[in-house]
Amino acid sequence: MALRPDLAIIAREIAPASRVLDIGCGDGALMAALRDQKQADARGMELDRDNVTACVARGLSVIQGNADTDLADYPDAAFDYAILSQTLQTTMRPDLVMDQLLRIGRRAFVSFPNFAQWRIRLALMFGGMMPVTKQLPDRWYDTPNIHHVTIDDFRKYIAEHGIRIEGQWFLRGEKLISAGAANLRAQHAVFLLTR
Amino acid sequence: MADARFGLDRKLTLDGPLALDGGGILAPVDIAYETYGTLNDDRSNAILLCHALTGDQHVASTHPITGKPGWWTRMVGPGKPIDTDRFCVICPNVIGSCMGSSGPESLAADGKPFGMRFPVITIRDMVRAQAMLLDHLGIGALYAVVGGSMGGMQVLTWAATYPTRVRAALVIASTARHSAQNIAFHEVGRQAIMADPNWRGGDYYHDGKAPDAGLAVARMAAHITYLSELGLTEKFGRRLQDRSSKTFGFDADFQVESYLRYQGLSFTGRFDANSYLYITRAMDYFDLAEDHGGHLANAFRGSTTRFCVVSFDTDWLYPTSESRNIVHALNAGGAPVSFMELSAPFGHDSFLLDVPELDRVVDGFLTAGGL
Repeated sequence: MALRPDLAIIAREIAPASRVLDIGCGDGALMAALRDQKQADARGMELDRDNVTACVARGLSVIQGNADTDLADYPDAAFDYAILSQTLQTTMRPDLVMDQLLRIGRRAFVSFPNFAQWRIRLALMFGGMMPVTKQLPDRWYDTPNIHHVTIDDFRKYIAEHGIRIEGQWFLRGEKLISAGAANLRAQHAVFLLTR
Repeated sequence: MADARFGLDRKLTLDGPLALDGGGILAPVDIAYETYGTLNDDRSNAILLCHALTGDQHVASTHPITGKPGWWTRMVGPGKPIDTDRFCVICPNVIGSCMGSSGPESLAADGKPFGMRFPVITIRDMVRAQAMLLDHLGIGALYAVVGGSMGGMQVLTWAATYPTRVRAALVIASTARHSAQNIAFHEVGRQAIMADPNWRGGDYYHDGKAPDAGLAVARMAAHITYLSELGLTEKFGRRLQDRSSKTFGFDADFQVESYLRYQGLSFTGRFDANSYLYITRAMDYFDLAEDHGGHLANAFRGSTTRFCVVSFDTDWLYPTSESRNIVHALNAGGAPVSFMELSAPFGHDSFLLDVPELDRVVDGFLTAGGL
């Protein structure tokens, strides 16, 4: 099965034989790809028990845990990469999770849905209600996305916290698009960060 | 010609000596064990199964005293998660126990039972004895070591003591050290045994009058810790036993009393009181971090063993926090580890009972090892 587009970018960019922690690893699709294609030593953390069980059954090393509370258990620079794919906006304190991410990993990949994409803006502008789109299919009361973020919000946060951007990719659906007006055009963003 | 070292109901006497953590030695060393399945040609499919406090080697065979099926038949057998069509499963009785391995009931050099002359042993002593058994069986590295509760303590000790012999370690409903509460419950049990007038300093084997009343109370107290409050409430509530109203006496009015009395009584038929003292002591002394400079992570530093740690949400004897403590140390040491807290209503005993999720995890984790 093909990887989700943001995961495919991450899988492509990671150096072979790296040590990787995938936070919010889901069913382990990215970890399995990194193990099989990049000979990575991949570890995972996942909240959902069924997903953890599925990962273990695939032979992956995954811990049932919460990005908000359990990242503190890892030593500094334990991984070449820490990955947070479409999980940042679901955490209680994205800022603290970002701190942990860049402490544990020498580099970090962060991907998230861009809340400033024009369809979402229009939906809010003309619908007057919290947007429900293909990318963000949940309703306001049952969404796991409790900290919606835009590309410009994220860039501002990065700049204010002395984090360096080593790479950035923007997606509309499955397609990579240019960085121009990304905050308006992109549905998803992927950032490669380091301190 | 079948290899007589493998099969059900095996017993081995090794010359030893086995040097014990407490300073003494044990020689000779008897080890009763069972094996299931066939060891493959390159001896790479052996799984060591470590039993719990009152468990034994009869993991998937009929118990010789109770006539009941083995204690983990739902997990071990052909086509089961620990698949004896693929793996050669070895389950030894721990030393200190009373099912054929050296213990207080064994005869000392003077031809009389050791009783309390048996040396105090540790979990690591049990593991060292198991290593001697594996040497005898010609098994170097184990495909996996698996155990729940005290069995999990042995698994952790295996991984820490013989890291190159353990390719995968599965630790279920266990802990890396006994807590004050764990020790406290065990002390209640030990005091119940030693307060029984039949105990007589452990010297009771000659006249058939064992401290059964004390051992039964010990079992009753311990049994409560193996269940959850929810489980007890669902199973018994405040229902009365074979009567329609309270008797205003001290019979077992309540079903839960009757159940515990039965558990205590039936236990005395299959277990030796002195063994109960020795094995609970070994568990109380267990603190894997203490053996490694106070840092649990040191026990596993540089380990290439694959670990899987499983806890149950209703287990208050070895709660999830204890498993997380193990996982934390394994992470700090960089070992490959999986962890999950499964949901089951049965408390600590969940690892022995019908929890399909556990079956999937065990199967998945073992299969991921490549066999």
